[in-house]
Amino acid sequence: MDVTIVDYKSGNISSVINSFKEVAKDKVKIEVTSDLDKIKYSDKVVLPGQGSFKNCIDGLNSINGLIDTLSEFALNNKKPLLGICVGLQMFADVGYEEVETKGLGWISGKVSKIDNQNGKFKLPHIGWNQINIIKDSKIFKDIDSNSHMYFVHSYEFVPQDNSVITATTDYSSNIVCAVEKQNIFGCQFHPEKSDKTGLKIINNFINL
Amino acid sequence: MLKNRIIPCLDVKNGRVVKGIKFVDLKDAGDPVEQAKIYSDNGADEICFLDITASNENRETIYEVVEKTSKKCFVPLTVGGGVRSVDDINKLLNCGADKVSINTAAVQDSKVVEDSSRKFGSQCIVVAIDAKRKDDRWEIFTHGGRNPTGINALEFASKMEKCGAGELLVTSMDKDGTQSGYDIELMQKISSMVNIPVIASGGVGTLDHLVDGIKSGASAVLAASIFHYGTYSVKEAKQYLASKDIPVRI
Repeated sequence: MDVTIVDYKSGNISSVINSFKEVAKDKVKIEVTSDLDKIKYSDKVVLPGQGSFKNCIDGLNSINGLIDTLSEFALNNKKPLLGICVGLQMFADVGYEEVETKGLGWISGKVSKIDNQNGKFKLPHIGWNQINIIKDSKIFKDIDSNSHMYFVHSYEFVPQDNSVITATTDYSSNIVCAVEKQNIFGCQFHPEKSDKTGLKIINNFINL
Repeated sequence: MLKNRIIPCLDVKNGRVVKGIKFVDLKDAGDPVEQAKIYSDNGADEICFLDITASNENRETIYEVVEKTSKKCFVPLTVGGGVRSVDDINKLLNCGADKVSINTAAVQDSKVVEDSSRKFGSQCIVVAIDAKRKDDRWEIFTHGGRNPTGINALEFASKMEKCGAGELLVTSMDKDGTQSGYDIELMQKISSMVNIPVIASGGVGTLDHLVDGIKSGASAVLAASIFHYGTYSVKEAKQYLASKDIPVRI
């Protein structure tokens, strides 16, 4: 099996690579590439994302044909894809970080700034917070609700259809922190930085 | 609920831990990778490396340390010390650091903070502020606390927030190394003024000091000596905080 981590020169993905390699050991091949053919023929794709929504979308757009290849992979071929942090946020129709930016539109909704309630809550939302699993998800196999995950973000994904939400976290309000729509998975937190529980989520994704 | 973080800090010089945990069963007490792993297995919420390598020719050693550590530790890793430019930040991030802390360079040219937070995202840019009490205010120092700047720490903190810093690591130089507790007033003033998380540093000697640090409004507490010398383990520290009704990840 091949799992491909999409390298689109946006943000720092070394932690994602390290964690997937740690989990995969020698059983699964982890590719890190922007090569369209490799993405197309891999079994699973990981879409990381750091920095701003706009930067990440620009990064995807800077590689000719990448968005089409990813869409074909996820929407037409329905193969498993995991978005992490801004990788998840980009599933939305639109993001409002820096400027209004069109997203991938795979899961209807928008990405807007977390309401800090007039400074009552610090932003970015940085650190370990508990996730509240509200719906069974294949990537949460053997993960307890209330597990701690590592977060770092100032923007949140607000999906139009609540049925895609699999977990939320409590910070200023209930923030969506995991989604699943058929073969498309997303985590707002960083499984690659969430110690053993995070690695378990990665393992669940690899073993889907 | 968001938990308060406990961050053990390791001083690294020429690729070796100079102030580290004195565990007899350590195969190599000077190995930063092994020490970081012990901390993360013990429940550390993040690991911080402070590179205190003095000579330029040995500065490359930190990259190798970060690279090896990030393959073994799956909690966030912050690296600081001697970071001069956007290029240095890029190199550390590529080696596997999750955040980079900038001190002198941020004071000399705030553009480094602006440019790097725009390029890599605020989430990985920590500005380290070394402050010393002077009459009724605090002055910031650079170059590992050697050079006075005349700059007011509170004003500087606010400026760094505007430049895009994701967090502030505030060290009281009066308290650092004294084991007499954080400079609570400084932590209170800065954390109530900015809307980004503050990490309190400098002066921890007892577990109550960690409690005071969190109560001052800091989102995270950093400590070196109490963990290095094995006075307390990270686990004990967390259990103590929890017993004082401070939310921590256990």
